[in-house]
Amino acid sequence: MEKYILPDIPNLHQIDVYEQHGGYAALKKALQMKPDEIIDEVKKSGLRGRGGACFPTGLKWSFMPKGNDKPKYLAVNGDESEPGTFKDRQIFEFNPHLMIEGILIGCYAMGITAAYIYIRGEYRKWVKMVDKALADAYAKGYIGENILGSGFSTNIYTHMGAGAYICGEESALMNSLEGERGYPRVKPPFPAQKGLWGMPTTINNVETMSNVPLIINKGAEWYSKIGAPKHPGPILVGISGHVNKPGVYEVPTGVPLLTLINDPQYGGGVPGGKKIKAVIPGGSSTMVLRGENLEGVCMDAESLKAAGSSVGTAGLIVMDEDTDIVKVLARISHFYHHESCGQCTPCREGTGWLEKMLHRFEHYEARQEDIDMLVEVANQIEGNTICALGDAAAWPVQSFVKRFREEFEKRVKIREEVEAA
Amino acid sequence: MPSLVDLACFIDSINNIMLTQENLQKVEALFKRYPEKKAALLPVLWIAQDQEGWISEDMMKYVADLVGVPYAHVLGVVTFYTMFNDKKLGRYHIEVCTNVSCMLKGSDKIVSTVERVCGAKIGQTSADGKFTVSEVECMGACGGAPMIAIGENYYESLTPEKTEQLLTSLK
Repeated sequence: MEKYILPDIPNLHQIDVYEQHGGYAALKKALQMKPDEIIDEVKKSGLRGRGGACFPTGLKWSFMPKGNDKPKYLAVNGDESEPGTFKDRQIFEFNPHLMIEGILIGCYAMGITAAYIYIRGEYRKWVKMVDKALADAYAKGYIGENILGSGFSTNIYTHMGAGAYICGEESALMNSLEGERGYPRVKPPFPAQKGLWGMPTTINNVETMSNVPLIINKGAEWYSKIGAPKHPGPILVGISGHVNKPGVYEVPTGVPLLTLINDPQYGGGVPGGKKIKAVIPGGSSTMVLRGENLEGVCMDAESLKAAGSSVGTAGLIVMDEDTDIVKVLARISHFYHHESCGQCTPCREGTGWLEKMLHRFEHYEARQEDIDMLVEVANQIEGNTICALGDAAAWPVQSFVKRFREEFEKRVKIREEVEAA
Repeated sequence: MPSLVDLACFIDSINNIMLTQENLQKVEALFKRYPEKKAALLPVLWIAQDQEGWISEDMMKYVADLVGVPYAHVLGVVTFYTMFNDKKLGRYHIEVCTNVSCMLKGSDKIVSTVERVCGAKIGQTSADGKFTVSEVECMGACGGAPMIAIGENYYESLTPEKTEQLLTSLK
């Protein structure tokens, strides 16, 4: 299919090349429209957030209060830290102006006068690339005062994180932007009422914003017909793990996972022709699927939900038949323990318990009853915390044990046999 | 016996740490981006760390005055974010990702190679002060797993041999 987010055009990151290929035409068109018309168009397009929660973007925008009696803000989430996810980095590097154009359209639609692109500190090199693109767009009059003579003014800045997964959570991101520790906030109030500096704020993912110019250029009707009807549009899928051609691929939503893994134009199959043991479809917090249950499962919100997982960030991690499932889960649990911000007791303590128990499984020290206790601890975390990190820590444990219980039992059995001998 | 790193930290701490004139101008520009000065704290700490290589207690106090927050707040922020160093590092900071995608592609072999060639275990600085080795969480380079980062540069699709070559070239 034709590619829109990451098309094969050399040097598209340069503003002149971007303009030659129709860049900033959507902004010009949007500035002729009424702000509400833009929000309606985005609503009709069916665009859903690409950061993991799949929330309808137009609906989110419509929550912002009208009028300009107080400042409103946009935070663009480029924290991208979910293990297995590496798509936004491609946008920063290869098509930053598409994101900037989307941000400008969003700012105009919501009456926002300052937008902050929050980018993780590890992406320092890419922050510089975005800064360069922003400077070029300022120089051409696309950002700043009285944009293209429309009377609309807005500023866009980058803001660099400093190594904290939790800052990808929208309210932690806002705290981090305000110069605080990245602690998630209790909701309500929701950001559209009380966000950055207590003002109405919208937070959207980098890839989500990059879809907006397409919708304005080609229309909601056209956009809504791409891919899966309830979760339409192009999507960037990051494929990693045991595949021949790992990388980021732009596809319409709704492509079968097996196509993504095996097709020569995408993942190119599992090395050595091995079988697929397991797949994590959307970053390490999404529920694991067994290799033999992948038939008919597609990369879109509805299909993955039906299969007992979620689309997340579309970071697909493939594991071949030789993979040690227990070791993978132990590593995942180590990550969530490390990244828990420590505010909520169930998450702070529970993730530590999970890590320690899985360490015992990994090293053949666990007992039979530990299997259920593992799930019990995960259940106690899920839903009992301020933010979704607790859920993100619980879901892998629940799904790995449910779908690969025999692997955990095998560990226990080996311990028992060794002790008996 | 204090280590060389402790000694270097001590020497820095008795000097009167402050930002250079050029960096102070950058800070001034940063303050204009936000409705509150406090919001510039992370970017100002980045400037401080770039200038000194790490963030000492004196620097934290200095930044606190600059941004208009208590020292305890700056200390809380510096210790919350893993990329802010409250200790001096070696000349090269070698960060090895061991998260799932890298683990599946053999990051354990990269870790052992890095530790051997650098002469420092995870979390340590080599005796000559040249390398600090850290294990890091997912760096967003899963398509190029396994990977390491040195400074702001990513080195992807590594093998133990390529890793050794890379590290040796830094010598």
